[in-house]
Amino acid sequence: MKVSIWRGGKVGRFVAYEVPRLENQTVLDVVTYVQRKLDPSLSYRFSCRVGMCGSCAMTVNGKPRWTCRTHVSKVAVGGTLEIAPLGNLAVIKDLSVDMRVFFDKWAKAGGAFKGDKTRDDDFALIKPADKQRQNANAGIECIGCGVCYAGCDVVRWKPDYLGPAALNRAWTLVNDARDTQGPVRLQLIAGENGCLGCHSQQSCQEHCPKHLSPTASIAGLKRAVSVAALKGRL
Amino acid sequence: MTSHRSHPSYWAFVLHRVSGLVLAVFLPFHFSLLVQATEYAVGFDGFLKWSEQPMVKLAETGLIVLLALHLTGGVRLLALEFLAWRDWQKTLVAVCGGLSLAIGLLFLVNAV
Ligand code: SF4
Ligand code: SF4
Ligand code: FES
Repeated sequence: MKVSIWRGGKVGRFVAYEVPRLENQTVLDVVTYVQRKLDPSLSYRFSCRVGMCGSCAMTVNGKPRWTCRTHVSKVAVGGTLEIAPLGNLAVIKDLSVDMRVFFDKWAKAGGAFKGDKTRDDDFALIKPADKQRQNANAGIECIGCGVCYAGCDVVRWKPDYLGPAALNRAWTLVNDARDTQGPVRLQLIAGENGCLGCHSQQSCQEHCPKHLSPTASIAGLKRAVSVAALKGRL
Repeated sequence: MTSHRSHPSYWAFVLHRVSGLVLAVFLPFHFSLLVQATEYAVGFDGFLKWSEQPMVKLAETGLIVLLALHLTGGVRLLALEFLAWRDWQKTLVAVCGGLSLAIGLLFLVNAV
């Protein structure tokens, strides 16, 4: 199988490799084969290989994907693969990108949980059927892979836009009854670089490997911000 | 080569943008033509005759489709952002597109 892999940093080029085609082969298997057998200087990231850690995302034939759980058979176009680093993030080398901006934005979106209970307090009792809890549950399985961020054109056009993953995180906390940062967080995510910047293009939910819908979360934030603004609480 | 843009919701976004821009450019022309045709050169009868031309009809149909696209697209966005979330967003996109074309067709059929 012919595979082109991006080599270099911001400037670089695609280099072609010949990789044996195996049954049940993932894109990460292909990259690993190249690094182990053909060119040990190839840089890329992975850890769990089972879709939990979120470190293996790359651009495969033009689309952002997690590579450890993407089968070659599902994405190869004409039997070939083009593998590039994730978009919207600075390339460090080859397939590794600098994720710092991505995670810094989680912090900027008020992504840290802050409660007011101590270990001596009793558990917070929250019913599984609670509407807020269900909203939070819908977004909580994010693995921080950056696929949605790489697929979002608003991030591409406005580099300061917080992006789908950070806003999805903020939405799970807005719905967390134990969290105390409500009004502060709404301030953080209200502006043009926050939820109001989203054009609902839905590329994030189209590509999220965990099938989350950041678009739905952001729509929720937009409603929360509108209500707060109407009530003069923003 | 596929891209992160190849999906219906993104096309809907592009259509909404483009229809908005084209309308913004085209509507002033449309109105100034209307004014000119009714007030100055040709008089109202002349205007009616002018508007009977196939090209004019076609252009008007295009305008109607654009209007419909922009309207249904806008309603879709408002529903998406302010009503409870639905998981059938692609169906919504298709409904908006279909509705716009149907409106255009209806206009064309009536006009001819
Ligand atoms: S829905 Fe919003 S956050 Fe998601 S890709 Fe589109 S613009 Fe970006
Ligand atoms: S929302 Fe989905 S695509 Fe985005 S970082 Fe989380 S798991 Fe990845
Ligand atoms: S290697 Fe952990 S998610 Fe792919």
